[in-house]
Amino acid sequence: MEKEQMEEQISKCIGEKNFGDVMVVGGGISGIQAALDLGTAGFKVYLVDKAPTIGGHMAQLDKTFPTNDCSMCIESPKFNETARHPNIEIITYTEVDSVEGQSGDFTVTLKKKPRYIDETKCTGCTVCTEYCPVVYPDQFNQEISKNKAIHIYFAQATPLVSYIDDSCRYLKDKTCTICQGVCKSDAIDFTQKPEKMEVKVGAIVLAPGFDAFDPKLRQDYGYGVFENVVTSLDYERLLCATGPYEGEIMRASDKKHPHKIAWIHCVGSRQVLEGGNSYCSGVCCTYTQKQVILTKDHDAEAECVIFHNDIRSYGKDFERFYQRAENLPGIRFVRSYVSIGKEIPGSKNVTIRYATAESGVKEEEFDMVVLSVGLNPPADALKMAETFGIELNNHGFCKTNPFNPMETTRPGIFISGSFQGPIDIPESVVTASGAGSQCGELLDYRRGELSTERVYPLEKDVSKEEPRIGVYVCHCGANIGRIVSVPSVVDYARTLPNVVHSDESLFICSTEAAAMLAKDIQEKGLNRVVVAACTPRTHEPLFRETLREAGINQYYFEFANIREHCSWVHSKEAETATKKAKEIVRMAVARASYLEPLEEFDLPVDRRALVVGGGVAGMTSALSIAKQGHEVYLVEKASDLGGQARRIHYTLEGMDVQAYLNDLIRKVYQHPLIHVYTDATILDASGFVGNFVTTVKSEGRITTIKHGAGIIATGADVYTPSEYLYGADDRVMTHLELDEAINNGSEKVANAESVVMIQCVGCRNEDRNYCSRICCTESIKNALKLKEIKPEIDVYILFRDIRTYGFKEDYYREAANNNVRFIRYEPESPPVVEAGESDEGKQVLKVTVIDPILVKKLELDADILALAAAVIPSADRKEIANLFKVSLGPDEFFQEAHVKLRPVDFGADGMYLAGTAHYPKFISETVSQAYGAAGRALTLLSHDTVVASGSVCEVDESRCISCGACITVCEYGAIEFYNSPTGRKARVNPVLCKGDGLCNTKCPTEAIVLKHFNNVEMASQIDAAFAEL
Amino acid sequence: MFIGGCHLNECHYITDGNFSALGNVYILKKIIERIGLNPDRLRMESMSAGEGIRFAEVMNEFSKQVLDLGPLGKGEGMDEDTLKSRLEAVKSLVPYIRLVERERLRLPVKTEQAYRKFFTSDEFNRVFDETIGEKLAIGQIISILREKPLTTGEIANALGLTPSEVSRHLITSSRQRFVRFDESLKRYALA
Repeated sequence: MEKEQMEEQISKCIGEKNFGDVMVVGGGISGIQAALDLGTAGFKVYLVDKAPTIGGHMAQLDKTFPTNDCSMCIESPKFNETARHPNIEIITYTEVDSVEGQSGDFTVTLKKKPRYIDETKCTGCTVCTEYCPVVYPDQFNQEISKNKAIHIYFAQATPLVSYIDDSCRYLKDKTCTICQGVCKSDAIDFTQKPEKMEVKVGAIVLAPGFDAFDPKLRQDYGYGVFENVVTSLDYERLLCATGPYEGEIMRASDKKHPHKIAWIHCVGSRQVLEGGNSYCSGVCCTYTQKQVILTKDHDAEAECVIFHNDIRSYGKDFERFYQRAENLPGIRFVRSYVSIGKEIPGSKNVTIRYATAESGVKEEEFDMVVLSVGLNPPADALKMAETFGIELNNHGFCKTNPFNPMETTRPGIFISGSFQGPIDIPESVVTASGAGSQCGELLDYRRGELSTERVYPLEKDVSKEEPRIGVYVCHCGANIGRIVSVPSVVDYARTLPNVVHSDESLFICSTEAAAMLAKDIQEKGLNRVVVAACTPRTHEPLFRETLREAGINQYYFEFANIREHCSWVHSKEAETATKKAKEIVRMAVARASYLEPLEEFDLPVDRRALVVGGGVAGMTSALSIAKQGHEVYLVEKASDLGGQARRIHYTLEGMDVQAYLNDLIRKVYQHPLIHVYTDATILDASGFVGNFVTTVKSEGRITTIKHGAGIIATGADVYTPSEYLYGADDRVMTHLELDEAINNGSEKVANAESVVMIQCVGCRNEDRNYCSRICCTESIKNALKLKEIKPEIDVYILFRDIRTYGFKEDYYREAANNNVRFIRYEPESPPVVEAGESDEGKQVLKVTVIDPILVKKLELDADILALAAAVIPSADRKEIANLFKVSLGPDEFFQEAHVKLRPVDFGADGMYLAGTAHYPKFISETVSQAYGAAGRALTLLSHDTVVASGSVCEVDESRCISCGACITVCEYGAIEFYNSPTGRKARVNPVLCKGDGLCNTKCPTEAIVLKHFNNVEMASQIDAAFAEL
Repeated sequence: MFIGGCHLNECHYITDGNFSALGNVYILKKIIERIGLNPDRLRMESMSAGEGIRFAEVMNEFSKQVLDLGPLGKGEGMDEDTLKSRLEAVKSLVPYIRLVERERLRLPVKTEQAYRKFFTSDEFNRVFDETIGEKLAIGQIISILREKPLTTGEIANALGLTPSEVSRHLITSSRQRFVRFDESLKRYALA
């Protein structure tokens, strides 16, 4: 469709209900991220999920590796952000029925299942659940515990409304309507029917996620037969505090704590049997280690045995995580295939048979067995492919462009998350931002047309008035009201100083209550508001919003948490709980009296971007940003673009890297908005989000570049081996040099009869305690190529663990089938290489290695020795990190803001990260991250301004003694000296300040103060806590 | 006082402020002990939002401990005026403590082991004695000399210090002209 026509249609449709820019299908972490990025970048987004809530699989996990962050704690703030986002509409319990039209103009028909609940009325109080008589297995808890026919999917569900399952008695035979009787909001509506609706959008992001492999189908390892055999996903729920036994690990058979637990790896993965998956699921090794660590946290005495094949710790910080698990007491990692023995009658323990080189076949008894199940494509992938008109690959996942894992076979439809194949959470988040950026390229012409921004009334200055506090105490349905006597708290609040109004509410968070609050502020002249209800973490933004809408400063709000901090934890002590609720309110009121109005200010955003590094990552990011209408400065230190990819000729899958690279370089040079600087060095970088200034010297000229965002894509280097005669004997080369030699048709390769490859050279050791991720695949690629050119050649790969994760496993199998010999070695006895003579008298390299299975010395003759040399952080990493004030991780790769959920953001706002600068990765993964970084940058660049928080630090210059204590602790670089008329003083740049307040504790004269948390405010609260003493 | 924070190395901020808190707690425990109060009255625990059960256990345990210890000062057999004057002395030292922390007691490595190792080492004790410890003792000496001149032995008795420590502090404070030896009374008095 022509652009003008489209714009005409858009203008016709503005205000029309079902018209948006992008539909995201699937509300797991990937879909949520895609929706948030696109919404923030100025597009109207529909987020559709077939489940009753958004959240996906991540919501079911207990913790996330390798940081062991609580999964729900880091995901649920995203739920709130999504729900509150003015440009995102969440549609749950809904499936896509059909997709008509084409890229830029899709018509999607949705089918909404009946919840039997009026979503606009339900407040999520769960009284209905309490009274519902029907009990059925709780799906969220993997059917281990029971829930009611009417319930909220999980406590943090978004939207926080109930739904009624088919097991409901009314739905079956109309015999029960208890829930209707107890619902105070009149939200239950049994007349609901499936609804169809049409939505028009320009692009679609498919994020359906995965389904866990189900071992029940084949009764693998006795699952479904033996009670104490569980899957890893079952075990996640057992570990979790919100799980079936509230965080106690218990066996199904006798509800006792298991003390001896076995994990079996690769269940459903790495097998070519009927019903199994040939690929490696990539995540199971590390999540098993996480479960082992958590099990030891629950029970320090627990004995854990992990039966594994290769341990695939190929991700960032995974190797350390593996060591952490391995070094715990009472942990055994056993490399063996296993079979399940029997269930012991009586104890219901389960036996496992396995074999080791040392002790032969053994049978061992366990209290519980956990199956580390793999990742399947979504169960309805075939149907989805048909509905969306896309193709699947031979594994049943989505077929994507090998150089762009987010692009499907149908233009305008992108995927994010594990529909591309088994990947972990950070990659799911990366591809979400990446898919977002590609939607942005497609729909840039209509960006902002449908998005809405809130408009607030002018703020009334009440700072000179006496405090007039309004206190609102919430029943939270029955959550608070049934324990705490709300009316008596309301009465008590009236007796407190400065309180002029006090009231109760069934749900203070409901839309009606917010309207009442706003009205009170205006009519009763309130100038401070205290809400005694739930947690500020989720609800504070909502009430601040209400204050803004009522025309007073949003910082005049104080939260008293009488739910999490009171009624929930004191459910059996109603009287003292009420007393405590009063005390919490008293503290909040005391603080409220001292609150000051704070200004959040808008900073202008320079809409240009700087990309440092002109390899695949940098070029991809630059192009994607430029295609969305922003000028990009691409800075490369070498004399031409291309980076390390110049040295790679083919991918494992056989794609021509040089053709791809040359095309990419051409596109970059041809794009009018991209300015390329080669032979460049960065002399200086300063500024902050939206307003950076970077000085670049290129080909003798010095240029000062102003930009709003920056992307670090400086790549990585290859280790130069000092071992195995590298550099001393020209038959020894790195795997990259072998790749080159093969493609140049080198004589050395043509004449070789035997090639030996040694893995893990320069990493997975004390100097570099990480796995370089790509070398196993690289060696197998070379081995297959050698076998293709010359089938009679002998190829040996000496390895520690083969880490061909995901679909790459198929090539490992192919290599093994093609007589490539894989010989494992232990790091304690690495191969020995020396020049020598073969039995036939030919000059060869003698490679000696001890095979740990055969426990004997093998002697191999090699004409070529290829070393899988480590990928190491780039030489200029420290310089770059210092210039741009971003951090490096323990292995000196660049450190992202959050390993799981902000994988391409830096801690420093406005700076993003892509490619091997972050960690070793394949080209396809680099491309994902590059698009991801572009997508994240666009969430900033697409705005004219960025808002800085009001709760930041400020220096009282009269007290500042210029000692610099604050400056040395501020890792955000937010404080600087400046020359004031009264001498040198510290000054806070409020844009860089994150409000953590560490400087406050270091200042000897208390000259630096964190606004909204100053001493008077805090002390008043503490004094009020002990007012009765 | 109970201080709860995130697990070390899991700070929401890149500044890892919980390590700063940990260092302060070690220093403060030492100070509390030095002024004659029970350092168990201060406790810091790291825990995550997912560890509700542990939080409850720790709070119950700590509140029982606090009840057993009795009211501040009284539990230690200290009268209220002494308690107040000693706390006042510490409070007035806060700027100095912050300076010492920055110059002498800040660790480059952020690991729990490194912190434990340093703050239980002789090196820490030495630095503490030379700096905060000395200032605290001198502060206390001055405050009791304000009431009446005393001998070294009397001061040592009142403050629970050894006579040799007291005379060392008295020499320093005489040099700084805070106190003087009154020949006629054979006692130290304020200068």
